[in-house]
Amino acid sequence: MSMERIPLLQVKDLVVTFGARRDRFTAVKGVSFDVHRGETFGLVGESGSGKTTIGRTIIRVNPAAGGEILYNGERISGKISRERDRAVTRKIQMIFQDPMASLNERAKVDYIVSEGLYNLGLSLTEEQRRQRVARALSDVGLLPEFAGRFPHEFSGGQRQRIGIARALIMEPEFIIADEPISALDVSIRAQVLNLLADLQRKRGLTYLFISHDLSVMRFICDRIAVIHLGRIVELAETEKLFAHPLHPYTRALLSAIPLPDPAAEKSKVLEVYDPACHHYEKDAPVWTEAEPGHFVLANGEELDAYRRMLG
Amino acid sequence: MNEAILSVRDLEVEFTLRGRTLHAIRGINLDVYEGESLAIVGESGSGKSVFCKTFMGLLDSNGTITHGQILYKGTDLAAFRTEKEWLSVRGREIAMVMQDPMTSLNPLKTVGAQICEALTLHQGMQGDAAKQKAIEILGDVGITEAARRFGQYPHEFSGGMRQRVVIAIAVACNPRILICDEPTTALDVTIQAQILTLLRALKEKYKLTTLYITHDLGVVANVADRIAVMYAGDIVELGTCEEVFYEPKHPYTWALLSSLPQLGVKGESLYSIPGTPPNLFSEVRGDAFAPRNPYALKIDFVERPPYFEVSPTHKARTWLLDPRAPKVEPPENIRNLRAVGEERT
Ligand SMILES: Nc1ncnc2c1ncn2[C@@H]1O[C@H](COP(=O)(O)OP(=O)(O)OP(=O)(O)O)[C@@H](O)[C@H]1O
Ligand SMILES: Nc1ncnc2c1ncn2[C@@H]1O[C@H](COP(=O)(O)OP(=O)(O)OP(=O)(O)O)[C@@H](O)[C@H]1O
Ligand SMILES: [Mg+2]
Ligand SMILES: [Mg+2]
Repeated sequence: MSMERIPLLQVKDLVVTFGARRDRFTAVKGVSFDVHRGETFGLVGESGSGKTTIGRTIIRVNPAAGGEILYNGERISGKISRERDRAVTRKIQMIFQDPMASLNERAKVDYIVSEGLYNLGLSLTEEQRRQRVARALSDVGLLPEFAGRFPHEFSGGQRQRIGIARALIMEPEFIIADEPISALDVSIRAQVLNLLADLQRKRGLTYLFISHDLSVMRFICDRIAVIHLGRIVELAETEKLFAHPLHPYTRALLSAIPLPDPAAEKSKVLEVYDPACHHYEKDAPVWTEAEPGHFVLANGEELDAYRRMLG
Repeated sequence: MNEAILSVRDLEVEFTLRGRTLHAIRGINLDVYEGESLAIVGESGSGKSVFCKTFMGLLDSNGTITHGQILYKGTDLAAFRTEKEWLSVRGREIAMVMQDPMTSLNPLKTVGAQICEALTLHQGMQGDAAKQKAIEILGDVGITEAARRFGQYPHEFSGGMRQRVVIAIAVACNPRILICDEPTTALDVTIQAQILTLLRALKEKYKLTTLYITHDLGVVANVADRIAVMYAGDIVELGTCEEVFYEPKHPYTWALLSSLPQLGVKGESLYSIPGTPPNLFSEVRGDAFAPRNPYALKIDFVERPPYFEVSPTHKARTWLLDPRAPKVEPPENIRNLRAVGEERT
């Protein structure tokens, strides 16, 4: 590559905590990663590992207790100016995990989808606004006449697509997709994945794709970071991660991918990750590049073993 | 095969929406056998949740059962009219883990209190005994530090943890039939595998009959004894897990299998089923899948196909199984799913 890539999003040593004093709980423990313009960066990890919290901190819903977040080289965490806050609100959109809880049940789809536009204070005519709603709905495979209906009149999958339409209508540059397809059945899942890929090509969108489903991530992500209990344990290009998973947690995740084959599934032996397999008391783990572009959290002994695995 | 614990006969469900009628369930017949685990698989909006909600009297107020019977232990649940009747079944006989964990949890009560409530209501446990049992169940569903978590509120839990709490509440009811509506979609794959193992263990221990509602055929391969494939409010194929994966007969089942991301190739588009499901506000003619079916025959647009028996345990509603129909092979990428498994393990 001739041109140095400037990261669109930089997350540096991010720490996020909940609760005060004695009840304080650290959900994100010093997470760092860069997302480049136009790429799809995946964040995978088990339930409660802090994926959603990271997303919510980027869009400024949760405050960062430590570290910083830069967008286009400018700091967007902590205290920032009003204009920058507005710009972040428009340029970075998040598709939320729980489609039911994230939709206002008493509002019609029409309002839900265009809510962000109202908040921006754009001077759109009613006709323009309606057109944008219709286009956003058809972008996600819903009929424009659904605009007059209420969320509870839709199935779970349809509601998730309303959530996506609501992000798309803002014409963002950066989309944080938090489990955007896990509530969708396979066929629409395929449509939405193809749609996200298509939007990316046409509009140069950048994605932070949060999921627990590595089989989907293999398909859509350029790079993947594996997160465990608030810490990133491995980060690599998708192919490298699948070809040479190093960290035992990554290997456990890979072994758990469901196979569309009853015989193989029913006889499958799961690899279970037990953090006790590490011996970090004497030799603490360090974030290290095991091969070009492939990072892993490991101590000296583990790293030797990983390098041998890589050949 | 065991006795049928639940028999559904000619079930039809309609919703009324601003003067119009939506036919959500269009004549389903199904026997659920005692102790089996049956997966109900189908596209979003195909009626999986509505179908199972009829077993618990949980249809939205604008929905009604307009035809058919739901026989449970000799009682026709479809004839129930009062909440009181439903309370004798709901939770204690048939319990359901809902699709949206947040909506089935009370945000104002601690998760511990909510599990204890179920224990008190359905198993008569009180005070400390209920608390101890609740903590035990929380541990069973894979929540660490269960004693501390007992006193926390739902918003303090991650999406996946909430789902486990909902499963814990259902288990606390000690039901005969456990319906899990998309039980693992919010869970990461490792926990998903653990929950499925847990549900299998519970199933063995309490001789539970389990119904899994899901769209994820990968999960189905792991847990299901039988699979019912739903499309547009109807079951279009029913067979053992092996039959449906290795010898699928309905073109809709072929399409569902083809669109699995596990079978996708990076850089190429994933297979996606063309078109959209039928509008259930208008009457469906012929095979509801016909307009999206590349293998559709002329008759598919005119007459609804009957079930054709493939084996004593396997049947499908497609004219392709009629002896007069032309012979059609399933798509290339799903012809040998056995090999897919062998290759990846
Ligand atoms: N508002 C909150 N108050 C207290 N704790 C919270 C809050 N939100 C999240 N947490 C805690 O932070 C941790 C990370 O939660 P988060 O929702 O980010 O997980 P996640 O990786 O998105 O999980 P999932 O895959 O289940 O969605 C969890 O232990 C959770 O209980
Ligand atoms: N209260 C309601 N009023 C009107 N229509 C409804 C209502 N509830 C459900 N429906 C419709 O009934 C059909 C079946 O919905 P259901 O929720 O059972 O789908 P599903 O198969 O569970 O889908 P998903 O996988 O997305 O959850 C859909 O077309 C839906 O729009
Ligand atoms: Mg989350
Ligand atoms: Mg549903």
